Amino acid sequence: MRFVDSFLDGVRRLEEIVHQARIEGDVAEIDAKGLKHKELNDLMRFCVERGAKKLILKNVCGQRYIGTRLFFNPGVKVEIIIYGTPGNDLGAFLAGHRIVVYGNAQDGVGNTMDDGEIIVHGRAGDVVAMAMRGGKIFIRDSVGYRTAIHMKEYMDRVPLLVVGGTAQDFLGEYMAGGRVVLLGLNLENGRHRCHYIGTGMHGGVIYLRGKVEKYQLGKEVGVVEMEEEDWKFLEKVVDEFCGYFGREIKMERDEILGGNFMKLIPVTKRPYGKVYSY
Amino acid sequence: MKSHLLPDFVVERIEERCNRCGVCVKQCPWGVYSWNEDKTEILIDYTKCVGCQRCVVYCPNKALIVRPYPGSYRPNAYWTKEVISDIKKQAEQGGVLLVGTGSDRPYKVYFDHILLNASQVTNPSIDPLREPMELRTFLGRKPDRLEIEIDGDDVEIKTELYPNLVVETPILFAGMSYGALSKNAFLALAMAAKEFGTLFCTGEGGLPKDMREEYGPVAIVQCASGRFGVDPEYLNCAAAIEIKIGQGAKPGIGGHLPGEKVTAEISATRMIPEGTDALSPAPHHDIYSIEDLSMLIYALKEATNYEKPVFVKIAAVHNVAAIASGIVRAGADVIVIDGFRGGTGASPKVMRDHVGIPIELAIAAVDQRLREEGIRHKCSIIASGGIRCSADVVKAIALGADAVYIGTAALIALGCTMCQKCYTGKCAWGICTQDPNLAKRLNPKEGAKRLVNLLRAWSLEIKDMLGGMGINAIESLRSNREQLRGIGLEEWELRVLGIKGAGE
Repeated sequence: MRFVDSFLDGVRRLEEIVHQARIEGDVAEIDAKGLKHKELNDLMRFCVERGAKKLILKNVCGQRYIGTRLFFNPGVKVEIIIYGTPGNDLGAFLAGHRIVVYGNAQDGVGNTMDDGEIIVHGRAGDVVAMAMRGGKIFIRDSVGYRTAIHMKEYMDRVPLLVVGGTAQDFLGEYMAGGRVVLLGLNLENGRHRCHYIGTGMHGGVIYLRGKVEKYQLGKEVGVVEMEEEDWKFLEKVVDEFCGYFGREIKMERDEILGGNFMKLIPVTKRPYGKVYSY
Repeated sequence: MKSHLLPDFVVERIEERCNRCGVCVKQCPWGVYSWNEDKTEILIDYTKCVGCQRCVVYCPNKALIVRPYPGSYRPNAYWTKEVISDIKKQAEQGGVLLVGTGSDRPYKVYFDHILLNASQVTNPSIDPLREPMELRTFLGRKPDRLEIEIDGDDVEIKTELYPNLVVETPILFAGMSYGALSKNAFLALAMAAKEFGTLFCTGEGGLPKDMREEYGPVAIVQCASGRFGVDPEYLNCAAAIEIKIGQGAKPGIGGHLPGEKVTAEISATRMIPEGTDALSPAPHHDIYSIEDLSMLIYALKEATNYEKPVFVKIAAVHNVAAIASGIVRAGADVIVIDGFRGGTGASPKVMRDHVGIPIELAIAAVDQRLREEGIRHKCSIIASGGIRCSADVVKAIALGADAVYIGTAALIALGCTMCQKCYTGKCAWGICTQDPNLAKRLNPKEGAKRLVNLLRAWSLEIKDMLGGMGINAIESLRSNREQLRGIGLEEWELRVLGIKGAGE
């Protein structure tokens, strides 16, 4: 059986692709057309090592792990602007960089992301913010299945995911910390349709704008009253959301905040403490 | 509810030796010993005894004997005391039975049905005391072919090599997390790995920041389904990264570190709030296929600039050979296969005792399959789960492994007596506990010394066995099944192992 390595086979050396990057001052522009996953990340690292602080990627089409290879010690923080459709695992393990996507994103946005920002002017696929541990993700439209699974927090490191639309099933499963906000701007009849929300959740908070029935929730989450602090937090979040996407959405800040919000929190920090004997 | 259970152990005190010094009262965390009111007599409640033998070893007067409780039910080969006790426990509490360590069931031990060869007349054996004997092992992907340029005396390898790890003996410490283990036990493993020139695996509990600079270079850091403590610095400080898909003690299920074990320091290392359960989901929720696994392997390679080998650890299960083939094709540099004897700090008993297959059969099947497909060189194989002695190491390598992981054996070196109560957090030997008073019983320096001694002893024995076979490098033993013969095995077992019967 022939051995195919779909990631590394046919990857060209840097000198063969370097003409697709142009660095001027601290801004680099990369034409991603025809580049393999590793090639694009090779070029991005090359540009940052040569002092680029802002990377503009054009013609991006499915390349994975954008931003993942940019961990430097001591840390350098860069801004990555993406035109096109980045591939899976956008910003996986992200080490504090800022990524803006003008287009849709695929699966695994912000997978195990450590810190930084990801702003998507479009929608995103499955497993967004999986095991995310810091930083912020703003998605203008909706997201797919298994969003924010096992998101976690520690002390002042509280990750934030804001989704303009809605999510599919298993939102916040095993969630251990962080904040997820679903603004429900595109709901039909004002209802979210996802099921198993917060199954196994044992930390963090989910805010939903729009209606959800009890049977759509996992049995480990409870609905609690919104308090003043929650509204303050939401005002900040919505302001930031409108700052990014205000011109692309049909709703104003006050109309968004005037909607029905629900706050979901875990019933216990130890959902499975009672299943064992001896 | 009145408990109907019989005691597990009985404590006998040799009265003429005991001078009521009270050491047993201090040493026992299970509450077996207590002073009476006026502190003149030590009372013994042996129903609480777990048989850890701490009191016996530390009794200055050697006045104690702890042995299995002799009384039992009517002898029955089917409804044994264990079966009856388990039913009674569940009838009383209604939950999943938890245990620690690997399976203790009397399944066939294939290592004990395999014999090694030695040279006689037709090829000379080698004396390792006088002749060089190579145990150094390279772990990682090897190239399909080597291009070498020779210019006079200069020999240069032109092929770009994949990152490989070098260990001085083919024995590494298996993934055991800080959280399950005490800091002192975890540190002892790291110190011993560094001193001996091998590696330790962090398990999924992260690597404390104060250990990264010194022990990162000898650490295999784990990325498991809970992604605890996984940050870019953690990944980049290490020698290698291990994606944990499954473990031999409990294939197919996740793990729960109970909230009471998540102390301040553990919460900082795992990056979760104090007192919350650390729940590891059963699957990685970003891995539902070989393609998804490949995506995480390359995500980790991207995150570490292709400088580190990526391990994938799986439990030995029924279709392990086909799964391993997929893992190699997904881009793993090292596959760890954990047999059903693999230990754990906590597992549902039913999973530990009934799920998975023996490591010997799994290694042989995987090695055979990868060779048939011509991809064996694309990864190294580490055999894990129940390696008890140097002969097991040699047999595992001759069956097709490159190296082995030891977990249980390492803990036994640190003091573990296999009482199977790891999950209670009350380990009397300071190994599997977060109670500071118990944890300080284990001195990391002394622990490291015991571990280094064990590695040294096994390495010497391995050299002896190799020399006897007339082999002078561990590399020549890998998958060298001609050196093995089966005894007391059936035809299908010999076939799976790929070995002949004794006398053939």
